[in-house]
Amino acid sequence: MKYILMMHCPKTGYDTFGAWPKKDIQAHMAFMHSLNKALRDSGELVSAEGLDNPHQAKLVRAAKDGEPITDGVFPESKEFLAGYWIVEVASPQRAVEIAAKASAAPGPGGVPMNMPIEVRQVMSGPPDELQ
Amino acid sequence: MKYILLMNAPKAGFETYRAWSQDDVQAHYAVLQRINKELSESGEFVSTAGLNWPDQAKVVRAGKDGAPLTDGVFPESKEFLAGYWIVDVETPERAYEIAARISGAPGPGGIALGMPIEVRRVMSGPPEELL
Amino acid sequence: MTPAPLDSVSEQLLRELAPQVLGAVVRRFRDFTSAEDAVQEALLAAAVQWPQEGVPEHPRAWLIHVASRRMTDFQRSEIARRRRETAVALEADQLAPAVDVGPEADEDDTLILLFMCCHPALTPSSAIALTLRAVGGLTTAEIAHAFLVPESTMAQRISRAKQSIKASGVPFRLPTNQERAERLRAVLHVLYLIFNEGYTTSGGPQLQRLELSHEAIRLARAVHSLLPEDGEVAGLLALMLLTDARRAARTGPDGELIPLTQQDRALWDQKEIAEGVALLTATLSKGSIGAYQLQAAIAAVHDEAARAEDTDWPQVLALYELLKRMSDNPMVMLNHAIAVAMVRGPSAGLELLNALDADGRLAGQHRLDAVRAHLLEMAGDHQAAIAHYQMAANRTTSLPERNYLMTQAARLRESTTGATADVKPTNP
Repeated sequence: MKYILMMHCPKTGYDTFGAWPKKDIQAHMAFMHSLNKALRDSGELVSAEGLDNPHQAKLVRAAKDGEPITDGVFPESKEFLAGYWIVEVASPQRAVEIAAKASAAPGPGGVPMNMPIEVRQVMSGPPDELQ
Repeated sequence: MKYILLMNAPKAGFETYRAWSQDDVQAHYAVLQRINKELSESGEFVSTAGLNWPDQAKVVRAGKDGAPLTDGVFPESKEFLAGYWIVDVETPERAYEIAARISGAPGPGGIALGMPIEVRRVMSGPPEELL
Repeated sequence: MTPAPLDSVSEQLLRELAPQVLGAVVRRFRDFTSAEDAVQEALLAAAVQWPQEGVPEHPRAWLIHVASRRMTDFQRSEIARRRRETAVALEADQLAPAVDVGPEADEDDTLILLFMCCHPALTPSSAIALTLRAVGGLTTAEIAHAFLVPESTMAQRISRAKQSIKASGVPFRLPTNQERAERLRAVLHVLYLIFNEGYTTSGGPQLQRLELSHEAIRLARAVHSLLPEDGEVAGLLALMLLTDARRAARTGPDGELIPLTQQDRALWDQKEIAEGVALLTATLSKGSIGAYQLQAAIAAVHDEAARAEDTDWPQVLALYELLKRMSDNPMVMLNHAIAVAMVRGPSAGLELLNALDADGRLAGQHRLDAVRAHLLEMAGDHQAAIAHYQMAANRTTSLPERNYLMTQAARLRESTTGATADVKPTNP
């Protein structure tokens, strides 16, 4: 079963992260590095990606003629996707377990952040009920 | 360069979608399938997926002892990821063009939905060696 | 019964022969697109039959024979199809294959192939895909894995690249003397791009990932052996070797980027450095000079310094001054500014960066901010340096680079007494 584990942050999330003490930034990155390695070794990692700064995000829709309009404005309160893991696991419980590990990544002072990780199942076709 | 194109919608949007006619759903998917096929043929397709309904979503945190705490309660205003596309393109403008196509996919009555698509750069790819 | 797998020696042999076979078949049948398919089928046939029947005495001839049969079959069915539709006059030489040619022509064919695959009409990603496939002899799956795209996507890229070549009517021959310089530049550029892709990303699962930089070196070696007198070919190979030599020292245990000036030089590959230096010396002694040779010379100056503080920066600067004259690449300007700063002080370097502010090619990119931050730090303007490290971190599209730049900002913030995080940059 495939799950996507999503880490969100507010628009200024990367700025906040960047303001941490250096060794806390490094500890956080080291944690992610070793989490990803563990998931690779266990064969559960499908992909892990970081997305660019929310300041760079674009909101695009089509004009009447189909041309892209790229000046869409995000709500101030929007939570942006900062990064995600896609994992192939034996059970929903395992997906939750991995999410909990990711959630415990260290933050300022080396304390586990316990950040919320959104867990959604990735469908191979349209969601249940529409099939 | 790899971009992720995110289709987000509030919970109400999903409820509306659930009420679409079978014909409208099929027409919508037919357009998305066509876009996927074109992206495959152009050599730009990396991946695409739909996610399960938001009422299946979990938010997971590491509890005090590291065990997972799961929670299914979200603010009313929260936007949920419905699906995403990852494309490998030559320019950002091409990514916006593809996003506009997706945005133009039809909804009820065959009218273009015009959903805004969030476009983010995936931060994979090699760094340069720093001097 | 599952067929026995090919042993690694035979696999290597097939990879080496693939471009030679392709060249021979294209030369005979004048159809690059179909030839590529026919050769792939011949390679597959070899992979199945050779483990059972043994490697043939003349493996290249065997492959050419099998591929040619496929081509003839294809053309016969094409002819039948066209006859069914309309009568079309075919060129006489499509029906009469050319006389088989000797080894020298096979070598020329690999070079012709390379020129075709790197034709300026192709986009860089198309040229890269096609080169790795047709000249590198890699499987589509291997190339797809290296670039983290699905196999079907990569297959399409290769297919479309072949179609582009067909549509552009590129003849199967070496470029004319007039075309040669530009066409060779395109080839070297593609190989350089492949080399740069070689830094493995953290994004995907650890599949049998091909080392693209080693593949680029392998291809550059092949071109060098085919064009031993060409200074820029030798220069590119030397540059790759001298850069690859530092590979082991570039990343730390947690995946973090380590800049050249801070790398543990005990981890540098001295053999590769020696080979790169020897190659460079031989080339420069012939009196030729070009952009890749100069970049290699700069890499050699770095690689030959026992410690970072032993780096001959005046020599590096002199080389960048020469390089500036033959390249208007803004990256060269940025590195030149760093060299100026190391020799004449940071203010001199910063002045040069001000001139680059107007360069549209650097707009919205992170590199100018990253270099500026570095020089501002050297100049002691820590507040501004922190701001520019942060700006660069916000804009880079590489995760390891972003992490590096963030860490630099944090380091500087901590070393500066009374620093605050909210600083407006001096150059908006």
